[in-house]
Amino acid sequence: MVTAAQGVTTTHVGLAQPLVRIDRLHVHFPITSGILLQRRVGAVKAVDDISFEIWKGETLGLVGESGCGKSTTGRAILQLTRPTQGKVYFGDQELTALSGEQMRRMRKHLQVIFQDPYSSLNPRMTVGSIIGEPLQIHRMVSNRAELRERVQELLRTVGLNPYFVNRYPHEFSGGQRQRIGIARALALRPDFVVCDEPISALDVSIRAQIINLLEDLQEQFHLTYLFIAHDLSVVRHISDRVAVMYLGKLVELADRKELYQSPKHPYTRALLSAVPIPDPQLERRRERIILTGDVPSPVNPPTGCVFHTRCPIAQRICGAEAPQWRDINGNGHMVACHFAQPGPEPIALRGGGGAL
Amino acid sequence: MEGDPLLEVRDLRVYFETRDGTVKAVDGVSFSIEPGETLGLVGESGCGKSVTAMSIMRLVPHPPARTVSGSILFQGRDLLKLSEAGMRRVRGKQIAMIFQDPMTCLNPVLTIGRQIMEALQRHLGMTKRQARARAIELLELVGIPTAAKRIDDYPHQFSGGMRQRVMIAMALSCSPQLLIADEPTTALDVTIQAQILELIAKLRREFNTAVMLITHDMGVVAGVSDRIVVMYAGRPMETADAEVLFSDPRHPYTMGLLHSIPRLDEERKERLVPIQGLPPDLISLPAICPFAPRCTFAVDQCRAGVPELRLVELNHYVACIREITKERYAHAAVATSS
Ligand SMILES: Nc1ncnc2c1ncn2[C@@H]1O[C@H](COP(=O)(O)OP(=O)(O)OP(=O)(O)O)[C@@H](O)[C@H]1O
Ligand SMILES: Nc1ncnc2c1ncn2[C@@H]1O[C@H](COP(=O)(O)OP(=O)(O)OP(=O)(O)O)[C@@H](O)[C@H]1O
Ligand SMILES: [Mg+2]
Ligand SMILES: [Mg+2]
Repeated sequence: MVTAAQGVTTTHVGLAQPLVRIDRLHVHFPITSGILLQRRVGAVKAVDDISFEIWKGETLGLVGESGCGKSTTGRAILQLTRPTQGKVYFGDQELTALSGEQMRRMRKHLQVIFQDPYSSLNPRMTVGSIIGEPLQIHRMVSNRAELRERVQELLRTVGLNPYFVNRYPHEFSGGQRQRIGIARALALRPDFVVCDEPISALDVSIRAQIINLLEDLQEQFHLTYLFIAHDLSVVRHISDRVAVMYLGKLVELADRKELYQSPKHPYTRALLSAVPIPDPQLERRRERIILTGDVPSPVNPPTGCVFHTRCPIAQRICGAEAPQWRDINGNGHMVACHFAQPGPEPIALRGGGGAL
Repeated sequence: MEGDPLLEVRDLRVYFETRDGTVKAVDGVSFSIEPGETLGLVGESGCGKSVTAMSIMRLVPHPPARTVSGSILFQGRDLLKLSEAGMRRVRGKQIAMIFQDPMTCLNPVLTIGRQIMEALQRHLGMTKRQARARAIELLELVGIPTAAKRIDDYPHQFSGGMRQRVMIAMALSCSPQLLIADEPTTALDVTIQAQILELIAKLRREFNTAVMLITHDMGVVAGVSDRIVVMYAGRPMETADAEVLFSDPRHPYTMGLLHSIPRLDEERKERLVPIQGLPPDLISLPAICPFAPRCTFAVDQCRAGVPELRLVELNHYVACIREITKERYAHAAVATSS
């Protein structure tokens, strides 16, 4: 983790390369009506024109509320969902230009860990074949003995007993299944892993085990993570930089420390102020920004700034004109808000100073 | 603590007979709630929170369940001894409950209005007109915009947060003395969660409704509870006033939970301190401290029997025979994680 964090500091002065580059990515799902003649009547704008980079060795956290497009972004980067528009680069390869077959060969570099450790593992396969399958498909092993050895080594890596190879997923707890999913994702020694809410479905007391495991593996295998979550405390813990998404758009992206200490977008501020803190005295004193209303539908997103219908500081321009995605402090702190001001201005969680 | 408690649960034990054996879902739970008080019940998945709540409502199916022991005194009457007809008068009217997933409790083919009016007509004998007017008031109270228009909508036309508000409006329709909220915000986003928690706090200020709030989120209970019960494997591990539980926890499990979650109000830690091991299987639990297999401080005596809650300070009970403090825990945690 330490090395990854330092890696990111250097990227800011321009030494490192982006591992993944997302350029004006759009994913629109058509809504059709009619049974025989499917007519296109609209589109769910799940991801609507977002651009960002993921640096080699870093963890980029992606947060936002349910349905804002986080998983779709992750899937579109991996080409599991083909984008409607825009480009995705992995190193200097343009993934969006690859054929299905070419993409299959790339796949070993790019893996995903899913949220739900129950439905993401085939119940009829043994743990050994679940983890071993990608190794065979990509011909990473030459015989059965080698396969078995690799699988057992992977089980050990994720903290499971190698003796478990012949068991089935239902014989494991949620945390253990998530470890199996991680072992499978690691089998091909990927460079980049999308972790899509990897701890949300787990018991509270084992979440920290998995977070620590992901951090250890990152260090050991020099992994780059896109870490999708809705828990802002977890995201702060694990990420080097954090991106905030709302209704298919990125609204803010910054270095972890800067995002949590001086968030520029009113939505980021509201999200941060809504996170419950396990301290009754602090909770009672805290000023909350309670947003009114619900998240609008991505079928009919508001005009102008997509957040303006719930924004506590919205002015007339916000409904009329979409704000630009701009670097506000000249250090890579990106924000899309007409009224964002440069500068540090920490927000206060604890009485006076911003003890974040 | 003055006067009689509104609700007093004593030594409740509810077991399920399953093919694999007996699941001791609730195994010796005791707590009380004063009028107007908010009690937080925290614990991780499967520790018996919902079965406790459903037992108060007498909604646990017998069989497969068996209530092995205990009493549930509500205003002095034992709910476990009431007839089904007597219980129907309590349910919804004096004690109301809201659930984690509002969609499973709302009837998809009836309008929101019909569903709220039904309780008002049945329990309070209102006419249709009165019930409709009151239903609109209730929807306004829980913050549904243009309630008079939305009242004829169906549940699927509402978002998750709005449905949870409807559930709360229904629960409040007969001004219950006790509202049981079983993970009311777990399925919701943080900004919507903040709205709902604010609403629950408002009920308490304005109507003095006692609340039993069930959650697995230590942050959520911290903000709204007066008292907190921490459960593990069907048993209470620690009970204290909210402030004391967080500032001076005495059970290693409580401390483990507090240590293992990253917190926004603290400096970021390089590494989290997890609780080792896995939650136990509730079938064939041995008669030892259920947390002992995962506890850094367990000694032979912890495996000699199941520790009972004992008083350690005024109003502060702990089911642990050791004398562990926050400082000792932190010290041991540093030692094991390095
Ligand atoms: N295959 C699909 N067809 C149509 N709409 C889809 C499809 N997949 C996702 N969507 C829609 O796209 C939007 C974004 O969904 P997505 O799953 O990316 O959100 P998310 O941010 O991951 O949410 P959550 O936190 O709930 O996982 C949602 O409105 C969703 O309903
Ligand atoms: N109908 C049933 N038959 C058998 N076992 C049951 C039944 N209902 C509940 N249980 C078991 O009782 C235990 C307690 O369940 P309960 O629903 O109270 O947990 P909980 O604390 O509410 O968990 P969660 O946070 O997941 O909602 C669990 O181990 C569960 O598997
Ligand atoms: Mg998702
Ligand atoms: Mg439950």
